Amino acid sequence: MTTGNVIQPGAEAAQLYGVSASGPAPANLGDILERVLDKGLVIAGDIQVNLLDIELLTIKLRLIVASLETAREVGINWWENDPWLSADAGRRADERELRAENRKLRGRISELESGEPNGSRR
Amino acid sequence: MTGACGLWAYAITEHGGGDLSRLTGVAGGTVRTVAAGGFTVLVSDVDLAEFGEVALRRNLENLTWLEEVARAHHHVIEAAIRLFPLLPTRLATVYSSAAAVAAALARRGEELRAALRRVGGRVEWGVKTYAAPVQAGGETARGEVGAGGAGLAYLKRRRAQLTASERSARAALAGARAVHEELSGRAAQARLVPPQSAQLSGNQMPMLLNTAYLLDESASDGFASAVADAASTHPELRLELTGPWPPYSFAGED
Repeated sequence: MTTGNVIQPGAEAAQLYGVSASGPAPANLGDILERVLDKGLVIAGDIQVNLLDIELLTIKLRLIVASLETAREVGINWWENDPWLSADAGRRADERELRAENRKLRGRISELESGEPNGSRR
Repeated sequence: MTGACGLWAYAITEHGGGDLSRLTGVAGGTVRTVAAGGFTVLVSDVDLAEFGEVALRRNLENLTWLEEVARAHHHVIEAAIRLFPLLPTRLATVYSSAAAVAAALARRGEELRAALRRVGGRVEWGVKTYAAPVQAGGETARGEVGAGGAGLAYLKRRRAQLTASERSARAALAGARAVHEELSGRAAQARLVPPQSAQLSGNQMPMLLNTAYLLDESASDGFASAVADAASTHPELRLELTGPWPPYSFAGED
């Protein structure tokens, strides 16, 4: 399955070394989305949807590096100029998450202050 | 199909296109061609109730819908590129009519021809570089509690661990850059792509680099073995090779 440390993701292994008889296996969804959403020729359509405006795409699918800090230290920080990655999308997501957590905690506190947890223990 | 129709674009080519009617595109549409300003655009009809501006915006938020559409879009491009060189268009490029397609291409002829010359007959390979999991470092003097007591011993141990992991992270990044340099040397063009989150890559190891390489089709085998070689000379890394892809990452102008 592996040659040295080359990962051959199951579905693509056949495609990789040309042993597939029945054409390429379906590629990994993440790899496809990365390409069809972010790459490819942009020509103005007359039905315009700015993919950057789509919340799910920017927040759920995009791609924050695990070790931003380390990478920045050694100068691999090119994504900071990438509209997909900056565009405040991350910050907005963080804020939303914080607010949600806040709400949850407040609820929990008032639950605790009111004495019996309302059904949450059973 | 009910209601108004739009044209969903897949790719642009200078080739005549030929009979693509056996190709099924987005939403089950039959792929056909539209001639526009010296180019041929691969399109299929889409119902504007589902693919119009408002609906599209909503539907793109739906991952199930998005997956189906993305796979269908990719499928058409992948099948067509076996027949002739093309430039894949970005997902969700929709027109109201063939005349609108022609108008969109009218002023970009020179640029598109140049792009086709650049990517024609070439394929894209993707390489994702991960940091290999680090072996848990040797526990130093665990039992010994020095003058500072257990607390200080813990802190020292913790600091040593942190330094070691920082060191291996740096080594991995340096390795990743070296591999990228080596692989770029074999490619007509190379491009850095934002690294994917673990959620997207389905891999828990931190992704250091995500790169795309444009190669002559005949260079694919050599490239795959260069990746395998790089992987064995860099035990600090894990490399994942995907492809061959249509030259998505090289179709745009940047």
